Amino acid sequence: MKLYCLSGHPTLPCNVLKFKSTTIMLDCGLDMTSTLNFLPLPLVQSPRLSNLPGWSLKDGSVFLDKELKECSGHVFVDSVPEFCLPETELIDLSTVDVILISNYHCMMALPYITEHTGFTGTVYATEPTVQIGRLLMEELVNFIERVPKAQSASLWKNKDVQRLLPSPLKDAVEVTTWRRCYTMQEVNSALSKIQLVGYSQKIELFGAVQVTPLSSGYALGSSNWIIQSHYEKVSYVSGSSLLTTHPQPMDQASLKNSDVLLLTGLTQIPTANPDGMVGEFCSNLALTVRNGGNVLVPCYPSGVIYDLLECLYQYIDSAGLSSIPFYFISPVANSSLEFSQIFAEWLCHNKQSKVYLPEPPFPHAELIQTNKLKHYPSIHGDFSNDFRQPCVVFTGHPSLRCGDVVHFMELWGKSSLNTVIFTEPDFSYLEALAPYQPLAMKCVYCPIDTRLNFIQVSKLLKEVQPLHVVCPEQYTQPPPAQSHRMDLMIDCQPPAMSYRRAEVLALPFKRRYEKIEIMPEPPPRPTQPTSSKKRKRVSEDVPDCKVLKPLLSGSIPVEQFVQTLEKHGFSDIKVEDTAKGHIVLLQEAETLIQLEEDSTHIICDNDETLRVRLRDLVLKFLQKF
Amino acid sequence: MDPECSRLLPALCAVLADPRQPVADDTCLEKLLDWFKTVTETESSLQLLQDHPCLVELLSHVLKPQDVSPRVLSFALRLAGAFAAQEDCFQYLQQGDLLLGLFGEAGALGWSAWSIPSVRSGWIQGLCALAHHPSALHFLADSGAVDTVFSLQGDPSLFVASAASQLLVYILALSMQGRDAGSPIPEVAAWPVCAQKIVSHVQESLHSTAAPQVTQALNVLTTTFGRCRSPWMEVLWGQLSPLVASLLKRDPIPAAHSLVDLLLSVARSPVLSSAACGPWEILAQTLHRLSPTQAGPLALGTLKLQRCPQELRTQAFGILLQPLACILKATAQAPGPPGLLDGTAGGSMTVDTLLSSKSACVGLLCQTLAHLEELQTLPQCPSPWPQEPLLDAAVIILRLCDGSADPSSSGAGRLCGTLAGCIRVQRAALDFLGTLSQGMSPQESMLQVFAILLKNLESPESSPTVLKKAFQATLRWLQSSVKTSGCSDLSPDALLFLGELFPVLQKRLCSPCWEVRDSALEFLTHLSQHWGGQADFREELQSSEVPMLACQLLQDPESYVRASAVAATGQLFSRGLQATPTSSENLQAQQGLLMDLMYILSTDSEGFPRRAVLQVFTQWLRDGHADVARDTEWFVTTVLQAVSRDLDWEVRVQGLELVQVFLTQTLGRFRPRCPYAVTLPEATSPTPHPEFLRTLCRLPLFEFVFRALFDCDRPVAQKACDLLLFLRDETAPSSGPQETRDGPNSASVEVALQRWQEGEQGQPLGDLEPEAMLALLRSLDLEGLQGKLAKSSDHIEKSPQSLLQDMLATVGMLEENEADCY
Repeated sequence: MKLYCLSGHPTLPCNVLKFKSTTIMLDCGLDMTSTLNFLPLPLVQSPRLSNLPGWSLKDGSVFLDKELKECSGHVFVDSVPEFCLPETELIDLSTVDVILISNYHCMMALPYITEHTGFTGTVYATEPTVQIGRLLMEELVNFIERVPKAQSASLWKNKDVQRLLPSPLKDAVEVTTWRRCYTMQEVNSALSKIQLVGYSQKIELFGAVQVTPLSSGYALGSSNWIIQSHYEKVSYVSGSSLLTTHPQPMDQASLKNSDVLLLTGLTQIPTANPDGMVGEFCSNLALTVRNGGNVLVPCYPSGVIYDLLECLYQYIDSAGLSSIPFYFISPVANSSLEFSQIFAEWLCHNKQSKVYLPEPPFPHAELIQTNKLKHYPSIHGDFSNDFRQPCVVFTGHPSLRCGDVVHFMELWGKSSLNTVIFTEPDFSYLEALAPYQPLAMKCVYCPIDTRLNFIQVSKLLKEVQPLHVVCPEQYTQPPPAQSHRMDLMIDCQPPAMSYRRAEVLALPFKRRYEKIEIMPEPPPRPTQPTSSKKRKRVSEDVPDCKVLKPLLSGSIPVEQFVQTLEKHGFSDIKVEDTAKGHIVLLQEAETLIQLEEDSTHIICDNDETLRVRLRDLVLKFLQKF
Repeated sequence: MDPECSRLLPALCAVLADPRQPVADDTCLEKLLDWFKTVTETESSLQLLQDHPCLVELLSHVLKPQDVSPRVLSFALRLAGAFAAQEDCFQYLQQGDLLLGLFGEAGALGWSAWSIPSVRSGWIQGLCALAHHPSALHFLADSGAVDTVFSLQGDPSLFVASAASQLLVYILALSMQGRDAGSPIPEVAAWPVCAQKIVSHVQESLHSTAAPQVTQALNVLTTTFGRCRSPWMEVLWGQLSPLVASLLKRDPIPAAHSLVDLLLSVARSPVLSSAACGPWEILAQTLHRLSPTQAGPLALGTLKLQRCPQELRTQAFGILLQPLACILKATAQAPGPPGLLDGTAGGSMTVDTLLSSKSACVGLLCQTLAHLEELQTLPQCPSPWPQEPLLDAAVIILRLCDGSADPSSSGAGRLCGTLAGCIRVQRAALDFLGTLSQGMSPQESMLQVFAILLKNLESPESSPTVLKKAFQATLRWLQSSVKTSGCSDLSPDALLFLGELFPVLQKRLCSPCWEVRDSALEFLTHLSQHWGGQADFREELQSSEVPMLACQLLQDPESYVRASAVAATGQLFSRGLQATPTSSENLQAQQGLLMDLMYILSTDSEGFPRRAVLQVFTQWLRDGHADVARDTEWFVTTVLQAVSRDLDWEVRVQGLELVQVFLTQTLGRFRPRCPYAVTLPEATSPTPHPEFLRTLCRLPLFEFVFRALFDCDRPVAQKACDLLLFLRDETAPSSGPQETRDGPNSASVEVALQRWQEGEQGQPLGDLEPEAMLALLRSLDLEGLQGKLAKSSDHIEKSPQSLLQDMLATVGMLEENEADCY
């Protein structure tokens, strides 16, 4: 059993598991941190951004000044943002049979895999995952496509040029494989390959293994997966949460008795407690608005925003903010808010029970009804008519490189009354803010990551007791910035096996049993394999035929055996009884014959002829078949 | 015993003896027993029994236990004990073998009800009550009761086991009674049989390998040494101390907690601590041998002793400091002055022992911090007190907890992992840090402390309880900074700190968690109370948005927060620190704080904010606050109108308090101000100033106070009564009831009062003339009313007669119910 690790990002995993002749891809996360190296895409012409000076080398050469711009000491690529894809060279991705998706954040690379690698298999995911994943992709495509950029920079990617660049561009890895965003057409095509599944549904893959999604408690429809054969069980735990937020709680019990537990998607901010962060978010929001400032919350259109809105719903009245408008701006804002209300069966018990009252499960419905929360597809159109300050704006993209957020950063960045509050943990807020420097607006970092922390992981592992744990290498050591925090790593016995990008792991897994079915009739002669490289299993994997050794049965009566030995000229024979059988000692030949119920050992000192003679004498007492 | 009770008693005894009429309620039996005990305190028990043969009958009836419920059985045993406490009565009961029947081997032990813990407990308590005279001692020795008590020490019911140990202590003390005077105390072998028996039982138990038995023996000794101070105890301790010392040689040490209790009890005993075989050596050994967690309480106890060898104190202090020294060592802090680390160098404690498990580590640290905190406030506090290293330790613990410590060793790294985010330790460390503010600290340490406090106040990770502690500690340190700077102004460091504190406070006032908003407001109130008058503080506060935010919290949805906001804004307002007006709207708001508070007083649905408003108003009135002083009469009238309708009695009491302040002030205004002024002859007898009386009558003050006098809540009525007495003494002190009823409308007022007293509160009092008011004051029997109100409301129900009647009535009712069933 092998694991091919295609992504080095612990929360945006992409791994391929080869198990019992099936090839299963586990998630296909897209690392979007690469976009932080690019200039933002302004929705409205920004004189500041367009007038940034070109970057020149130390020796004064300016051949890169069209591609690279400088802003407050940082250098950015002036081009359409590009993403770092999972490894495509490590394994032939056309051989992947199925892709299992655990949550909507971990499927953003799907179009790259399904549309450009010859993939012909099936993708499995839950319905909310697909629907919200589609929204995320649609938003991303929209953000990038609506600001067409003529230029595509590639010169800087040249290896010889890249090493001359300042950090972080100099250290960016595999820049040549970075790709521009996919199109909506590719998204639709990719999503059409998805087959919807429900929690605990058992899906047979070629009769060899069975895969089952389980609730992971992290997001609407998020799942962990069990991959099992008759005698082996692999659990894939990705992005799980034990906190009480909106999704169905995590199913831990089903993870028990795993041979291997593959653990990814833990919290990215292990030292921040989500409750404290929500408190911080509310306090800073209220303080800013009370002072007449505006609050900008860069966020994804789904996920934590639901919880934040719920929290604000309870908070705004107590904080005297009832008259402050809340705007949610995203091309998919409407769909996201409405979708969240219809996936009742995927919600936590509390919210599910509301549906029977009947009430909308999320209170943002009431916020919309009372006009406290308004949503718009973009800043253009109705929004500009309704816009009233001071206000709170939720909008994407959290990287601050594209989307409506770019406009608000430009608009509000100059006033210290305003505040930008970062709640998504995926991007470093300092890097995200770099192209907006100098910035007068206040910045508050309240990353809300509800995924498992290390204390919860250690409890989980104690509870489910897997034989082996496999995880990204980042989890096996304390975070580099807090090297003394030995509590911020996975601590289990035996120690977890770690992987990094582009590594192939042989999983510590001995398959000891196999269930076979013996048919009374001889099997039909296998037809010649077709030229297709697919469906290779039976025909291609026939092992080399060797002459089989016969099997032996029967027992050796000691007395008769001694007589036989004596007949064949061995003298001075001594027999000792042992707990398991007998030892026949040929003292003259300095040789031992251990006779036990299920084994016989002949121990003689480098005398092969003697051993063979003795072996043949032993074999005389046994039957062959 | 009063005749009515005597009359009821036979019927009650009959009911108790009747198994068909079960007593439903245990508490009446307890009350009954209490009553008998009070009766026997003043009267002869013998006489009581002779006068009421029904009592002896009841006790005899119990000898046939199959007919009696366990409750009554337990009651009868205790009752018999209470009677037999008097020797003559004991003899009387002995004659009929009643006591032997109840307490002897043939008695209670053989009953099937013995298996019920309350019966066993009653048996022991009966004996406890009885063991008060030499005859009882003989009885105990002969009846074999002592052996039963030994076995009951291991009773599954903790109450029974503990009472059994107590009884042994009683018996031992009783046997040794009278042996103290003059003659030297003989060795144990020459003691009375009963005492010898108990001592040898204790000795045997101390030899036992079973920990529970050792615990029992140690508990008996602890109580013995703790309760009396007779010289024979020295002999006892001399005999038993080697055995106690031998416990220390066992591994693990059995019953360590009880051992600690015993040693402390011995050390506290003036007889034993000065004896030749004093406890000091064993104490030293024990401190050395016990684990850090077990040794902590012993060390603290040792340090709290009034007299104790200095060497032992040093050892004990070293043990208390060990865990903190270990943390300082692990985090490679510079070693403190001698005394902290030196004393612990010999100690075997390492980070590994400290870290044996997370819960052990947390428990030990919390215990140590609490012990040191307690110690610092005591007069026995060790000197020199290692203030600096302890401050360092507290700060480093807090930094380990918030993950900001930068440990250099792997041990410290593990400590960091163990303590990170541990709320219990954070709270304990903040409390300790707060206490340390009492000592003198160098400036660098102060800066360090302010930094860590600010971090805790600011961190989003701080839980509400941690925050509260952080606020408390901050307040104490700010106060101490005033102390160190020598004048009443805040030190420059503290001012810098305040500059950083207010933005944090602003954020906390906006917290979505109401506990946080509440503690932030309380903190603000204290801050402005202490430093509201200082220019620097005022400037810092007014340049922040804190006053404005506090004002907004008057509308908080949480009532506690509203109450705290009322207190805070009231305090700010009286210091002239209200929100600075930035717009006309704010200006209006500022002028309207009085109205806002009035609005809260009359409309808020919860009691806390309304009570807070009245407290603020009373304070404002007391301080002569400008807004109140402008038109005090209007103010008092408006407040009283709102309060008189209030359903919360505490608000009404507070309203009376406000009236009292008003009265005192008004009275003062009409009196000569200068105490040195030549007093005119008429001023010596305080005749009321006519204007004063007119003022009182103009306001709805009397209506409010008189209504309060007949309030259904006793504290309100009491307060009103006190207030009227004060007023009467001030206005008409010498006049008696004979000169009453001379006013034109005093009759109608009295009618109204009569109605109110009868519960008809609807009728208004009508206008009052000063004369009528004076007449009314004189006519009321306020002293009588005060006496009546001083008694608790159930004083009638609590009488023994009522108890007996109730018990009989319950039985009667049961009968009725029974009849209904058929």
